[in-house]
Amino acid sequence: MSQNDLDALDPTERIKYESNYLRGGIEAGLADRVTGAIADADTKLLKFHGSYMQDDRDLRAERQKQKLEPAYSFMIRIRMPGGVCQPDQWLALDDIAQRHANGTLRITTRQTFQYHGVLKRDLKLTMQDINATLLDTIAACGDVNRNVNCNVNPYQSDLHAEVFDWSKRLSEHLLPRMRAYHEIWLDGERVAASEGADDEPLYGERYLPRKFKIAVAVPPSNDVDVFANDLGFIAIRDDHGALAGFNVSVGGGMGTTHGEPETYPRLADVVGFCTPDQVLDVAWNVVAVQRDWGDRVNRKHARLKYTLDTHGVDAFRVEVERRAGFSLEEPRDYTFDKNSDDYGWVKGADGKWHLTLFVENGRIKDEGNRRLMSALREIAKVLKGEFRLTATQNVIISRVAAQSKNKIEGILREHGIEPEEDLSAIRRSSMACVAFPTCGLAMAESERYLPSLIDKLEAAMAANGLRDDAIVVRMTGCPNGCARPFLGEIGFVGKAMGKYNLYLGAGYHGERLNKLYRENIGEEQILGELEPLIAEYAQKREPGEPFGDYVIRAGHIAATREGRDFHD
Amino acid sequence: MPSQLLTESNSPLTREQADELSRVVQGLRNDQITWLSGYLAGLSAAATAGAPAAAQEGAPISAEAPELTILYGSQTGNAEEVAQQAARKAEERGFQPQILDMADCNKPKLKAASRLLVVVSTHGEGEAPDNATELHELVHSKKAPPLKDAKFSVLALGDTSYEHFCQTGRDFDTRLEALGAERVHPRVDCDVDFEEAAEAWIDGAIEALAGELDAPPSPSNVVAFGPVHHGAEQPSAYSKKNPFQAELLENLVLNGRGSAKETRHIELSLEDSGLTWEPGDSLGVLPENNPREVEDVLAALGFSGDEPVEGPRGEVDLREGLTHDYEITTLTRPFLQSWAQLVETEELTALLAEDQRDELRDWLWGRHVIDVLQTWPASGLAAQDFLGYLRKLPARLYSIASSCSANPDEVHLTIAAVRYDAHGREREGVASTWLADRVADDTPVRVYVDHNKNFKLPADGDAPIIMIGPGTGVAPFRAFIEERETQGAAGRNWLFFGDQRFQTDFLYQRDWLRWREKGLLERVDVAFSRDQADKVYVQDRLRENARDLYAWLVDGAYVYVCGDADYMAPDVHQALVDVIAEQGGLSQDDAAGWLGQLQKDKRYQRDVY
Ligand code: SRM
Ligand SMILES: Cc1cc2nc3c(=O)[nH]c(=O)nc-3n(C[C@H](O)[C@H](O)[C@H](O)COP(=O)(O)OP(=O)(O)OC[C@H]3O[C@@H](n4cnc5c(N)ncnc54)[C@H](O)[C@@H]3O)c2cc1C
Ligand SMILES: Cc1cc2nc3c(=O)[nH]c(=O)nc-3n(C[C@H](O)[C@H](O)[C@H](O)COP(=O)(O)O)c2cc1C
Ligand code: SF4
Repeated sequence: MSQNDLDALDPTERIKYESNYLRGGIEAGLADRVTGAIADADTKLLKFHGSYMQDDRDLRAERQKQKLEPAYSFMIRIRMPGGVCQPDQWLALDDIAQRHANGTLRITTRQTFQYHGVLKRDLKLTMQDINATLLDTIAACGDVNRNVNCNVNPYQSDLHAEVFDWSKRLSEHLLPRMRAYHEIWLDGERVAASEGADDEPLYGERYLPRKFKIAVAVPPSNDVDVFANDLGFIAIRDDHGALAGFNVSVGGGMGTTHGEPETYPRLADVVGFCTPDQVLDVAWNVVAVQRDWGDRVNRKHARLKYTLDTHGVDAFRVEVERRAGFSLEEPRDYTFDKNSDDYGWVKGADGKWHLTLFVENGRIKDEGNRRLMSALREIAKVLKGEFRLTATQNVIISRVAAQSKNKIEGILREHGIEPEEDLSAIRRSSMACVAFPTCGLAMAESERYLPSLIDKLEAAMAANGLRDDAIVVRMTGCPNGCARPFLGEIGFVGKAMGKYNLYLGAGYHGERLNKLYRENIGEEQILGELEPLIAEYAQKREPGEPFGDYVIRAGHIAATREGRDFHD
Repeated sequence: MPSQLLTESNSPLTREQADELSRVVQGLRNDQITWLSGYLAGLSAAATAGAPAAAQEGAPISAEAPELTILYGSQTGNAEEVAQQAARKAEERGFQPQILDMADCNKPKLKAASRLLVVVSTHGEGEAPDNATELHELVHSKKAPPLKDAKFSVLALGDTSYEHFCQTGRDFDTRLEALGAERVHPRVDCDVDFEEAAEAWIDGAIEALAGELDAPPSPSNVVAFGPVHHGAEQPSAYSKKNPFQAELLENLVLNGRGSAKETRHIELSLEDSGLTWEPGDSLGVLPENNPREVEDVLAALGFSGDEPVEGPRGEVDLREGLTHDYEITTLTRPFLQSWAQLVETEELTALLAEDQRDELRDWLWGRHVIDVLQTWPASGLAAQDFLGYLRKLPARLYSIASSCSANPDEVHLTIAAVRYDAHGREREGVASTWLADRVADDTPVRVYVDHNKNFKLPADGDAPIIMIGPGTGVAPFRAFIEERETQGAAGRNWLFFGDQRFQTDFLYQRDWLRWREKGLLERVDVAFSRDQADKVYVQDRLRENARDLYAWLVDGAYVYVCGDADYMAPDVHQALVDVIAEQGGLSQDDAAGWLGQLQKDKRYQRDVY
């Protein structure tokens, strides 16, 4: 690859290309005691290793005055396909959070854990401790296939096992080899460049043009928001209820930039059906075509969703089929009914019990007498089953024998948590991204603010007799869309401190994007807009009609049919 | 306004000058005259300073003018200042003065001195200043030369709040006598406000030596203490005697949230003061006592505070005097002695016995004047008499953390606020907490520049330097680098810094990073003691980098150490000796000697406190 070729591309392309397979100067940077940071270019490479450099934005201005560098620390994201975590792993991860991170575990919208506040000098040790749990952080971030989402489906335990297995195999199959990871963090022996041991058969020296995400859904639940992913697999059962294969969807994504209409969220198109044995080839080739066709000049236009709108969905499918050496069948029928979780105990087909707990915005911590972190630690010590993290930032205590239910409930109560908490439905179907203080891209508060806003919406709902009616509320601190705000019946997207764009009209089960309703408004206006709508909805909705559908029928907002008319 | 008129006959002035000057002086208020005297003092000091060279510039001295050696040992410049002062006086008295740095005084030179004035301070725990250690050893060793026909007198500078008051001066005094020299004038021991005592000693000692000389050329013009003259600088009107009233520009805590430390960054305006300094100089600050402390002292003695008293600045009420002019916290032996007599208490008298030094030290720890007043109250003491027991509130020195050539209008200081609890009372350091808590934007901060020629960048801008400054010890090095940046000096720079925690206590981190980015700082090595299980200090980093460190030294690097005198400085010294021994394949003794030579060559300089 010649220099001028590189010059023509987005700068990140050069950094990747010249990084000697993601080594760059990371090791030297870690050794430098004078700063808690590492070099800019290396921060881009570090993402592939599963970590982001951040700083405490609450302290930025203050430390600047104090002649101190920003309070740098590192976020670490774990690779945990399908969000399944064994009890012993849970205990280890919890311990790491106390020793090396800020004492909390953060369940993400992609079913894994993030640590925040890990100092540079502790980074390597933390990575080693994580790997000791048989989990790792490879490709949790970066221009590669990310953590694979998988439906947590407590009911159909049999199917879950099978589907979960496929998501794990997908994750492994598309995993970069990354010798650099083993060298830098695990003191793996170093390889001479010549040996070719570094080769990346799928990714090459420049990896993908952009991040890539896969989710596996099991109807009728769309808890993973499969259409928000670059590649989706929707499980289809045969007449005997066994796994027949998957509908394949491509081209989903949320990320946008304020004031740049050429960026837009897009829901994936279902382009066909494949049998289980074809899953890995389909995935491999979808990634490969995006690798070759994706836009490497403009990162803001590099996701698969734009590749599809540039080249056409059919052309893309044909190319994938050509490379795979087989064609996709016609999509099969399926129906989704919701994209949020069911709470409380449910019994699976195998007779085991599953308890879904609401974790506000995914932050596992002890707070006052609600000591969730300690409770789950105690449960992990006795649990025979496993934990499952959901794509809406909740946790399921899974595969509990009937006779153990009381013990689990006992532990929860001891730690100030009602097993089947009677929370308002709107709170339960809300989620927010991390944003301040750690997220470098945040324009407004999100995780730290949504709960107090929900207090007020909750009141409005109750006042109109809707306490137990769910409205999907999603908030993010910027338009990148980490909490999939454009799939919220009510979406809030940060514009500036205390100011949000208000979006309305997404589909209740993630089948339709919402649309901008009001721009750049503060809490007072937010409530001023929503309280009347909620009252009206209570009066005029048809039986079972979701809020997102109602506001469209009532003409408050136009329906978004596809990504490209999102801004219309 | 002055009583007597100037004429050409009663002054060295021409008629015109005398008339003009008289006219000017006529109209002046007292405070203006005081200022003017300081101003003239500054001028004359600066004009004649830097003796002997400068001394010879004055009225031509007859060839046979008798020689007089003025030997000084000084760490922070006071003794040196006194020496130069003495030189000026000696010259007027018809001597041919020779100022001699103790570091440059070898056996022959000492032996050759027939008239000897010794001015020396004490540092550490009763130790000699760095530049005096060798001579101090020499006179105590059996290699010491006989001084049969030498006449001498010693001035000892010190601080009565230290256990070994003026120890080094005492040592020289006794040794010189033991070696056969004749003490022609008794030794004088000075407390921190040494100026008047020193002037008196100078006059006394010079007269004693002058015995055989004929009377001085009259009239001798007023000479007072002034700033040590530096190169081509414009002399400033302001000095320790006549401090400049600076305005506070900035006062912020350098330690990040959650730190156990409180280190302040203070910026003061020196605009229009004419004050100049060089990296390594310190700023003298005349603080105010804590009002709470003042009230407690008043209460303990049953004073209202409104009692009129005569203080160093004229008549003030007692509260005012105690606040501005007297030390009412730190205890000194003289105070305890006179107080013990006043209140006639066995307890205190016993503590002061010679064989009780250790007990006294322990007892003094964390105790202040107020503790004495409350434990042994005195009744019926007159306000004015009480002041008689106290010493003047001494100025506190702070290493200047900014370069004059980079920014002549402001000085930056790096100050650790002294706060601790002891004996059931919250204790606060006078100056550090005054600056931290009680100086408002409009509070005048009385300051002067305390020049320290024993802590200076190499004249050669290409010479490499190694700076070792943990905690507030890093302050002067910020000035060093800023200076080298503005001078465009090419010499390589290596900084060693240490403190408790990287996240919160990395003083001036942004500055160091910027200078490293620019390539100005070639290396920065840091040690944070509380970031890991086992404590790590700068001396550990020195040892870790032994090879490179030695290479730099062999390369002609200058080594600077600033900060804590009690633990850091000795540990760093030992580390340096170890590095030299290990890398140079020398015995501990030879390595120590190697370092000693470095010190003599002024390539190993320390400013520790
Ligand atoms: C933790 C998480 C939000 C949460 O509250 O759980 C998250 C957090 C961040 N996301 Fe995200 N994203 C998270 C899910 C998402 C999702 C939702 C999803 O994947 O289902 C999206 C929208 C879907 C998509 O990819 O389009 C998402 C779209 C982005 C984008 C925009 C991508 C784009 O195509 O424009 C960015 C910014 C970027 O990549 O340039 C981003 C960047 C970030 C960063 C790393 C900010 C940065 O680049 O410096 C955030 C770290 C904040 C912090 O302090 O932890 N994150 N991010 C989610 C972690 C998922 C995981 O475990 O991998
Ligand atoms: C050349 C030189 C340069 C200096 N540079 C700096 C500088 O750059 N920055 C800086 O901060 N200081 C510097 N100092 C020290 C400074 O001059 C003061 O001594 C210091 O600020 C304390 O003064 P203070 O008036 O606040 O405290 P004081 O009222 O003088 O009280 C200090 C005394 O309190 C006692 N004490 C302190 N802490 C405790 C404790 N925990 N327990 C019991 N007793 C205690 C000790 O006896 C100490 O001597 C320098 C000193 C010198 C000589
Ligand atoms: C770190 C330090 C230690 C000191 N130790 C003593 C001491 O032990 N005994 C004493 O009498 N004076 C002591 N002093 C006071 C000095 O001798 C006094 O300030 C003197 O004026 C300094 O003179 P110089 O500037 O010539 O060194 C000490 C001063 C400092 C800064
Ligand atoms: S949506 Fe924006 S603010 Fe929220 S985590 Fe993602 S990047 Fe940060």
